[in-house]
Amino acid sequence: MANLEKYSYDVVIVGAGGAGLRAAVEARDAGLSVAIVCKSLFGKAHTVMAEGGAAASMGNVNDNDNWMVHFRDTMRGGKFLNHFRMAELHAKEAPDRIWELEMWGALFDRTSEGKISQRNFGGHEYPRLAHVGDRTGLELIRTMQQRIVALQQKDKRETGDAEKNLKVFAEVTITDILKENGKIAGAYGYRRETGEEILFEAPAVVIATGGVGKTFKITSNSWEGTGDGHALALKAGANLVDMEFLQFHPTGMVWPLSVKGILVTESVRGEGGILTNSLGERFMFKYIPDVFKDKYADNEAEADRWYIDQDNNRRPPELLPRDEVARAINTEVKAGRGTEHGGVFLDVSKRLSAEVIKKRLPSMWHQFYELAGVDITKEAMEVGPTCHYVMGGVEVEPDTAAAVGVDGLFAAGEVAGGMHGSNRLGGNSLTDLLVFGRRAGMGAVEYVKSHGKNPVSAATLEKAATRIAAPFTRTGGENAYSLHQELQEVTHNLVGIIRTGAELTQAIEKIADIRKRSANISVTGDRKFNPGFHLAFDLDNMLLVAESTAKSALLREESRGGHTRDDFPGMNSTWRQVNHISSFDRDKVIVKAQPLPVLPKELFDLFDVHELEKYMTPEEISKGGSN
Amino acid sequence: MARTLKLRIWRGDDKTGGLQDVTVEANHGEVVLDIIHRVQATQMGDLAVRWNCKAGKCGSCSMEINGKPRLACMTQVASYPEDETITITPLRAFPVIKDLVTDVSFNYKKAMEIPSVEMPPGMKPGEPRMQQIDVERSQEFRKCIECFLCQDTCHVIRDHEENKKSFAGPRFFIRIAELDMHPLDILRNRKKSAQEEHGLGMCNITKCCTEVCPEHIRITDNAIIPMKERVVDEKYDPLRWLGSKIRKREGML
Amino acid sequence: MATGVFSQGRAKISERTLRTDKWWVQPLITFLVLIAFIIYATLRAFENGNYFAEPLISPFYSPCLSTACVAGASLLGTPFGIIHIFGMVLSPALLILIFPLGFRMTCYYYRKAYYRSFWMSPPACAVAEPHSKYTGETRAPLIMQNMHRYFFYAGLVFNVLLTVDAILAFRNPEKQWGHMSVGTLVLLANATFLWFYSLSCHTCRHTVGGRLRNFSKHPLRYKAWTFVSKLNHYHQNFAWVSLLGVAFADVYVREVATHAITNWYFF
Repeated sequence: MANLEKYSYDVVIVGAGGAGLRAAVEARDAGLSVAIVCKSLFGKAHTVMAEGGAAASMGNVNDNDNWMVHFRDTMRGGKFLNHFRMAELHAKEAPDRIWELEMWGALFDRTSEGKISQRNFGGHEYPRLAHVGDRTGLELIRTMQQRIVALQQKDKRETGDAEKNLKVFAEVTITDILKENGKIAGAYGYRRETGEEILFEAPAVVIATGGVGKTFKITSNSWEGTGDGHALALKAGANLVDMEFLQFHPTGMVWPLSVKGILVTESVRGEGGILTNSLGERFMFKYIPDVFKDKYADNEAEADRWYIDQDNNRRPPELLPRDEVARAINTEVKAGRGTEHGGVFLDVSKRLSAEVIKKRLPSMWHQFYELAGVDITKEAMEVGPTCHYVMGGVEVEPDTAAAVGVDGLFAAGEVAGGMHGSNRLGGNSLTDLLVFGRRAGMGAVEYVKSHGKNPVSAATLEKAATRIAAPFTRTGGENAYSLHQELQEVTHNLVGIIRTGAELTQAIEKIADIRKRSANISVTGDRKFNPGFHLAFDLDNMLLVAESTAKSALLREESRGGHTRDDFPGMNSTWRQVNHISSFDRDKVIVKAQPLPVLPKELFDLFDVHELEKYMTPEEISKGGSN
Repeated sequence: MARTLKLRIWRGDDKTGGLQDVTVEANHGEVVLDIIHRVQATQMGDLAVRWNCKAGKCGSCSMEINGKPRLACMTQVASYPEDETITITPLRAFPVIKDLVTDVSFNYKKAMEIPSVEMPPGMKPGEPRMQQIDVERSQEFRKCIECFLCQDTCHVIRDHEENKKSFAGPRFFIRIAELDMHPLDILRNRKKSAQEEHGLGMCNITKCCTEVCPEHIRITDNAIIPMKERVVDEKYDPLRWLGSKIRKREGML
Repeated sequence: MATGVFSQGRAKISERTLRTDKWWVQPLITFLVLIAFIIYATLRAFENGNYFAEPLISPFYSPCLSTACVAGASLLGTPFGIIHIFGMVLSPALLILIFPLGFRMTCYYYRKAYYRSFWMSPPACAVAEPHSKYTGETRAPLIMQNMHRYFFYAGLVFNVLLTVDAILAFRNPEKQWGHMSVGTLVLLANATFLWFYSLSCHTCRHTVGGRLRNFSKHPLRYKAWTFVSKLNHYHQNFAWVSLLGVAFADVYVREVATHAITNWYFF
């Protein structure tokens, strides 16, 4: 502690993905000093993995599109469990966020008029996704990264020091959000390279840490997706909302091993890829839910025609929202019609020529050819559900992204909850990052302006430091790697894509047991870039997330979006009125039901009442929204 | 299916270190990063390695495998003969931190030295109009995942530490080319500064950067050589120079 | 002072490279072929004979511009008289070879080839080079590499002349038109290879369109650029084929001129 690195900033941003960087830009533009802290190198965030595009109703390809249509699609996709205000802000502001990226150097694919091109995607009524081939996430992260550099260059011109007011702390893990007098005071962590501890004093902290996929065995997430922000927020006294909702991407690779879990982007289906089972049946026609009957084709002929004439035909059922596709694949596999590795076939080689596939899906082709020797222009892929995205997250005020219950704490991006309801539409996450990243930045600016500094006390510091040192003081304790594997088995088998009450109860017990044992983890080697040591802290976060998910899932006795209960297969309108709020009492996660905010009349009226009848109770319909 | 694999992994830090022999199981279809993870989980809990996506998209797991700069997640174990010992070392152009992790901050410093995109004054968000054929060249360079393998293999800095001051490296030559070919960027001194400040002239186009690029960006042919030619236009071609003076005088530019 | 991969702070590895493949084969082949060509070309350039056998002229001696040229070989007249150096008659080849030689010396592909194989800078990727200092192409003489485009223009002139030589070869030794021999094909192939080599060149690609910022405003030049870009992909192949083509054309003409073989006529 003698040589503790100390810094003081106005805002500390935990996470350097799209949301964190967008928040940083906003706060720095407003004149604040900003630290960006990330676990990896700068520019490696999981945002790079997003392939399909960023949804924004710019109407460049179809001018019928506008924010109201986008809002409706988002609510429908989330099965009306979304926080209406977040969905509204997102739909309204997404186009501006895309256009500003272009001013910062992003080069999206173009329409023939020279505007930003937009493509079709599951759940979106019109072509809406701004994209760059299939590497849109990379374009977004690089543009934001370069925007940060541009701001630093500006600071350098003006003050002579590029990093004085905006600095990236790469390869630093935050282990504690610090509070003093009930308000945020800073963040504490360690440098991954050296293991040395580091303190940030700041009155505002923005959490933008992304997802929780590493809690599960098969996931598209990288090692970073360990739910750090979720756990940090819980421990700081914030709430998590609706943690039972996890998106299993319907099409992850199940074979070969080296690419297991890796996503096959929805664009493959958007460009004409079809799903078949081991009998060769195009099975998706059997799984069109009633609410979608009028939008999706029920026969192959019409589905095929849609690719040529979209105005007069219904869409192919392969483009149904993700949860429907995931559930359909799961059902096929469980019924014994899956491939030998437990997936189904996704084939794009029959409809498109090899050249067109390479042009439209370049990194898909490249990836599977190089990683696994699979040539998608010639053969079908073997795909199945993989844990991809968590809809649940920190409960926030929509307009400011302020975490409910903790002054000075903000959350944006995947780590925040509410925006996507029970299921996220593809393409909405990239614009979610930008819209709410900016709003979190604005929220932090307002907060810092009205609240002064909040110094960290010696006692608080001591507590945070002790926690980091702890694993080294034990010998012969538990191995973090094996506990992590145990946890992944539990979540995969008992809290996975299809759940039952009995299994969830069992899971809660097992997670509690692993958590108890994890208090006794010991680490070999020293502090210097020691992955075993790093995992000890990540595991602690994942355990809290898993507990919150399992407990929320046990309470919700219905199936909706990213939560499927075998013992309660239907969607239930009474359950739609309820959010599940997780909090932490220093010992365990407590989950309570909380009424969902009521849709205001002007938003209620955007929908056909008959559509709402599928989701809402007669009483809600008769009220017609709040006034 | 499974095979026993012999590895030599470099372990150490900036002061000492050496290759250590390891024997480990490998399954069908696995890549070198899978193997390193298995070593980590079973034999060397504190083996340091950088990685993120394990899908060839983030550019974190750069290292040298049998002496070649590569992404560990994109290197199939099956591409090596059964009896071959695979040697894994950190990148050799950068200072080592621990084991397979190197200090790549050089690259972030260089990124800071290249002026950002500058859009025409008065242009508002939503207004830019660009044709696909005009953005395609720059789009190729924006595929870069910043794995820094090109920087690692480039002999200008790999073999000459002292050149690091004056040489930006292939990754940043494609960045300069990207901006110089951007249809709307208004900065006009990128060619000159490429030559005078970023060391474009140091490159002797021996193409190793192109050979190691996991994104198959044609760094030399599409970025460095076109930039060298653009520099010639401005600095070394008396006819072009004369022509541009005349056109300027006649208001043709 | 240790530098390069042995610099302080870098991973302590004593090998200059840990590559296990035969990385030295490629530069070695390049070295041998280029050195063979250079020796042959030098001998031939100084030979000052056996380069013309009506209607065939060796590409090493075309255009033949000196009064020292053999009768009938000087297509463009003889602006140069007989030049003596150290009492020897200067071969007319030496008056012109600087141009094609300069084009190849400054070519972006050959630069890679000889920097690797002759200068070992570097010998192969991730193989430490033997030099302790390196300044690249920033100083004399290597800064002259930037003159590549002028050699390219000169190269185009030579391509035209050698194409004319090939067309003239549609005559018989009595200068009557309408005949074709094996020699005709040899010269024709040589000229064709040279055209492909020149048109696929990076400078050509830059000149036809690469220097433009907005292709959409110059649709024809964009088309030309797209075409040259495709050729450019194979520039290395054209570089080798055309080099061997020139050498072979010269060998053929020499063999005919020395009557070692007969130039066989199809008609």
